[in-house]
Amino acid sequence: MLRYAARRLAAAVVVILGVTCVTFLLLHVEPGDPARAILGEHATPQAIQALRRQWGLDASLGSQFTRFIGDLARGNLGRSFVDQTSTSSLIAARIGQTAALVAIAAVFAVLITVPLASAAAIRKDRLADHVVRALSVVGLGLPAFWFGIVMIEVFSLQLGLFPVGGWGSSFESHLRGLILPGLTAALAIVPVLIRSLRVGIVEVLEAEFVATLRSKGLGELRVLMHVMRNALIPTLTLLGVNIAYLIGSTVIVERVFDLNGIGSLLLTGISQRDFPVVQAVTFVLAIGVVLVNLATDLLVAWLDPRIRLG
Amino acid sequence: MSLTVDLTEPFVPTSGSGFWRRALKSRSLVAGTIIIGLIALAAVLAPVISPYPPDQQDLFHVLGGFSSRHLLGTDELGRDELSRLTYAARTDLKVGFLAIVFPFLFGTFIGTVAGYYGGILDTITMRIVEVVMAFPFYVLVIGLVFIVGTGVRGIYIAFAVADWVVYARAVRSTTLVVRELDYIAAARAGGLSDLRILGRHVLPNTITQGIVYAMSDIVLVIVAVVTLGYLGLGVQPPTADWGAMISSGQDFLTTKWTLSTFPGIAVAVTALGLSLIGDGLSDVLRPS
Repeated sequence: MLRYAARRLAAAVVVILGVTCVTFLLLHVEPGDPARAILGEHATPQAIQALRRQWGLDASLGSQFTRFIGDLARGNLGRSFVDQTSTSSLIAARIGQTAALVAIAAVFAVLITVPLASAAAIRKDRLADHVVRALSVVGLGLPAFWFGIVMIEVFSLQLGLFPVGGWGSSFESHLRGLILPGLTAALAIVPVLIRSLRVGIVEVLEAEFVATLRSKGLGELRVLMHVMRNALIPTLTLLGVNIAYLIGSTVIVERVFDLNGIGSLLLTGISQRDFPVVQAVTFVLAIGVVLVNLATDLLVAWLDPRIRLG
Repeated sequence: MSLTVDLTEPFVPTSGSGFWRRALKSRSLVAGTIIIGLIALAAVLAPVISPYPPDQQDLFHVLGGFSSRHLLGTDELGRDELSRLTYAARTDLKVGFLAIVFPFLFGTFIGTVAGYYGGILDTITMRIVEVVMAFPFYVLVIGLVFIVGTGVRGIYIAFAVADWVVYARAVRSTTLVVRELDYIAAARAGGLSDLRILGRHVLPNTITQGIVYAMSDIVLVIVAVVTLGYLGLGVQPPTADWGAMISSGQDFLTTKWTLSTFPGIAVAVTALGLSLIGDGLSDVLRPS
């Protein structure tokens, strides 16, 4: 296990280094001179020069990179161009909402996927299977933000069950306010999870040990419990693989439901051309993905000796 | 797009013989082709069949309901909803298809080469793929569009950078299988050059995988194009686009919910058609 963990950790470090370089380059690719972008097309060269000096953009790429890494090591992600506060404090104030949304969406995704996928796998090629497969094909093409709007229309405006949007002030209102956004974000990955888990369960059902269990006279329910234990691992892996996509779609879901997480921070940063904010949020989200992937891989390895020893 | 990674596991496609016979027997392929055919036809013929030009305002019927004048009503600027839906199909289908051309070609090529040669080239490629995939897809695309500028050009560049990695990864795993097949060994034993083996024997196999992959990728790409339009980062107004239509209709949800509902249905039906084609195609091309 330790050897596997060490190898996996080393790979994660390489990816994090790569992510750091890419985020740094975000600010430095040709068409996007932030000074010109902020000051507009008609700014005088002097004004642009002054701004570039103020932000340290006039130094050589190498020395800027060293400074960027040094700042990062001290937890400094840069200073917002617009409101002059540190981007790390902007992110810290909002990351809780985003994390809660991702967590609740992941829970919804599992709660929806596992029963539907098992029903489809057990009744393979029969009605339940066809219905679930049809649902997942349709679901794949529903834009998440549009589904969110439809849910607002039905559950908030027509039925008045949930708030139209916003975070609320008490724990209970947070929870109520997260149900529709959580469902919306979950929908973005559920179709893929169902399709993959269904295939996974079908494969396990055809495995020899299942035939053995049946021949020993175990009831179908007991057999299913054994099968689910084996299907749990692929579900976890799948969730890990798709968490990046889930995190990405929360950006849009936050916009639809007027939540003030770091996804909204990203979109506000973009509309105000606030480069350091865009850079910092992108960096934090990518690091989050790498860490979640690392955690799922280690968890799966711990659960499944075939991986850590293989 | 990272979401579809698990949909198409590596396979070695069957040869062309009997393709059409099997294609016609695949219900999802036929159904999907009919749906997409109709939508594409409407999109191409938009200037002929839509009742009004997409930007023409009827100021006497702003936010109008269904009527014989405007079958699906009008939007907040008095523009005919049906005409805009049809023109938006034109925009979004075109942008969606063009956006995957580069990722498909480049990703398939890189994946094939990396998988065939292996070694350091493969390691480096796969590390780059991992780094790109660490960024949540929407975050990367939004960030790139922000840098290179909103609009259609920005979309093409953003997808070129963000989307090739999934083709590279899927095609690479197919190449790893193909590379070990007997006929490749035979070709090598026969003294054929690597270039010839790659071009004549490996690529024809991996490109089919790439095509199947593209059909499931295009669904997510069109949804992403529409999402960017919704965020105001994609196709710019006044060009009709389903995403922007949903976004502007959101303000009138209480009074005229159809404004954002119809474009969403249009996206969903288009995506359904493409998914069916993708599923059918992978069944037809996969050896049974």
